[in-house]
Amino acid sequence: MSEETKSTEYLLEVENLHTCFHTESGDVNAVNGLSMVLEPGKTLGIVGESGSGKSVTAYSIMQILAETGEITEGSVKYKGEDITKWSEKELHNFRGSKCSIIFQDPMTSLNPVFTVGNQLMEAIMLHTDKNKAEAKERAIEMLTLVGVNEPESRIKQYPHELSGGMRQRVMIAMALACEPDILIADEPTTALDVTIQAQILELMQELQQKLGMAIIMVTHDLGVIASMCDEILVMYGGRVCERGTADDIFYRPAHEYTKGLLRSIPRKDNMNERLVPIGGTPINLLNMPKGCAFCPRCDAAMKICLEEVPEEIRMSDTHLASCWVNIKNMYEAQEENKNE
Amino acid sequence: MSEEKNLLEVSHLKQYFPVHQGFHTVPLKAVDDISFAIKPGETLGLVGESGCGKTTVGRTLLRLYQPTAGRIVFDGDVLFDSGEQYDEEGKLIVDANGKPIKNKAIDVDMLPYRKKMQMVFQDPYSSLNPRMTVEDIIGEPLDVHKLYANRAERRDKILELMSYVGLNAEHATRYAHEFSGGQRQRIGIARALAVNPKFIVCDEPVSALDVSIQAQVVNMFEDLQKKFGMAYLFIAHDLLIVQHISDRIAVMYLGKMMEVAPSDELNNHPIHPYTLSLLSAVPIPDPETARKSKRIVLEGDVPSPLNMPSGCPFRTRCAYATEQCAEAMPPLTDRGDGHFVACWNK
Repeated sequence: MSEETKSTEYLLEVENLHTCFHTESGDVNAVNGLSMVLEPGKTLGIVGESGSGKSVTAYSIMQILAETGEITEGSVKYKGEDITKWSEKELHNFRGSKCSIIFQDPMTSLNPVFTVGNQLMEAIMLHTDKNKAEAKERAIEMLTLVGVNEPESRIKQYPHELSGGMRQRVMIAMALACEPDILIADEPTTALDVTIQAQILELMQELQQKLGMAIIMVTHDLGVIASMCDEILVMYGGRVCERGTADDIFYRPAHEYTKGLLRSIPRKDNMNERLVPIGGTPINLLNMPKGCAFCPRCDAAMKICLEEVPEEIRMSDTHLASCWVNIKNMYEAQEENKNE
Repeated sequence: MSEEKNLLEVSHLKQYFPVHQGFHTVPLKAVDDISFAIKPGETLGLVGESGCGKTTVGRTLLRLYQPTAGRIVFDGDVLFDSGEQYDEEGKLIVDANGKPIKNKAIDVDMLPYRKKMQMVFQDPYSSLNPRMTVEDIIGEPLDVHKLYANRAERRDKILELMSYVGLNAEHATRYAHEFSGGQRQRIGIARALAVNPKFIVCDEPVSALDVSIQAQVVNMFEDLQKKFGMAYLFIAHDLLIVQHISDRIAVMYLGKMMEVAPSDELNNHPIHPYTLSLLSAVPIPDPETARKSKRIVLEGDVPSPLNMPSGCPFRTRCAYATEQCAEAMPPLTDRGDGHFVACWNK
């Protein structure tokens, strides 16, 4: 397969993305060279702790960074076209109708002074040439789709009259109203209770089957991504440290950070054992180490980890990790083979 | 099981808050008639969805709120008793007019008991005074209870406390904003430990922390308990963390206690339909089990606590609900091995 036809196969292709925030205390490099691809209809999970750059990656794709933020390097290609070069007008068309986002906090992402129906219709009328009556019809149809009961009366209600789960459903309805190809979900269930979280996750999977959009799921909860994603990216310090299928990440973790993370969370099978925490404190992006971002907290850190950023190496067909420990192990195995 | 004396006994505790709706004032029943006990050195986990009253229970125990009714006994002393009399089945004894028959109410001054019961708060950012140094934050309880003879002893005590929670001596002169979330939570824990309490209410102490830091703090709670032998009431909504740290777990729904059981027992043999759905809704960080397990997705939302369903509050979302559930709240009954369940049908 030639290089060109391959790139058009992907819905979204991010290459060597660098996003930087210019702050008073210096430049904060939130994303440092991230590459990823997204195929139509698939679910990609991005997991990491706060400050790992997972949300900034999502915002960079949508190009809704804060004013101080800037994509300094790299490209984001949507169906082969670099959208970082697009004008504001073209982007306007892209956001909402091709790619939409749902945010973490359904309490603050809806406008409190407009009714739910008004906000839904605004999104529909902005991106399609439907008139008001048709938009209203579509709004009701969308609310029914996301499982809001009595949608005809709900569209006259204000956000404060709805519960957290209902508001998140409205957000999903709004995001999907123009049938986008990509849905970015930025911690969509973090603010919700577990039983409501289960409802929303179920709903998202159901809608994906019905409408066939691709989902980028950004979360810090390893439990949420375990069941939902085709591919998972583990991020730390603005870089991808490991990527692979759920089975790769959970059963064959190859990066020291992923290994540490899996040891530190309580699971059914380690209930009576002591947890093994990751030492140290989360990374300070203003003061990034020169080499691997995780090395100050890593037990297996070597001299080279302090000096150089490890390259991503292939562990299997679906599994890539960037950790010097793997490179060392591979090198040692090769040496052994030679000696034999 | 040994018949050890309970450290804390709570019976028929009610905590209502007045809510003004126009000209009317209606009670919001945040905690409605719950009873439980905690043994010395034990960890009782308290789980439930937001708004179920779990934080209110913790705060009411410490008398940060004035309880509406009920009885709290701590370490053999009655801290609060509104005086209502109950028969052996737990029914309120009333006179001919339907008014409860009351004993003399008891309400004590809490200051001496603050030395024995302490609290660690959820948000390490807002629970530390930004104008105080770490030394003063941890030293404040020592000042209040006059637990030192001179300045040198005060400083020694503070440094000792800081070493328990993994902070260095040079941190003493810094302010709270100079620390990360996990370190701030350590300061909060050192402050609670300062008076050498027998009982600590931990109100969601790890939910504001990053995943990689949570394990550090959970381990620290376990180590400190081994060292000093205090009991915890561990309130959290993260079921996996609660199961990990607790000896017993209590499940609450809309101000009522639904199920109480030893941690392993609750994990392996949950009985109450609410507990079942709660456990099945927890996303499990293991793809194999996640694919196999079937989520029991509850329909609808939690009803408003101002407009509670009659009888069992869970009946509106329960698959097993019958007419009996609408008539009366089922009592917590013993199902063996310390497993108590409040359900008519299971």
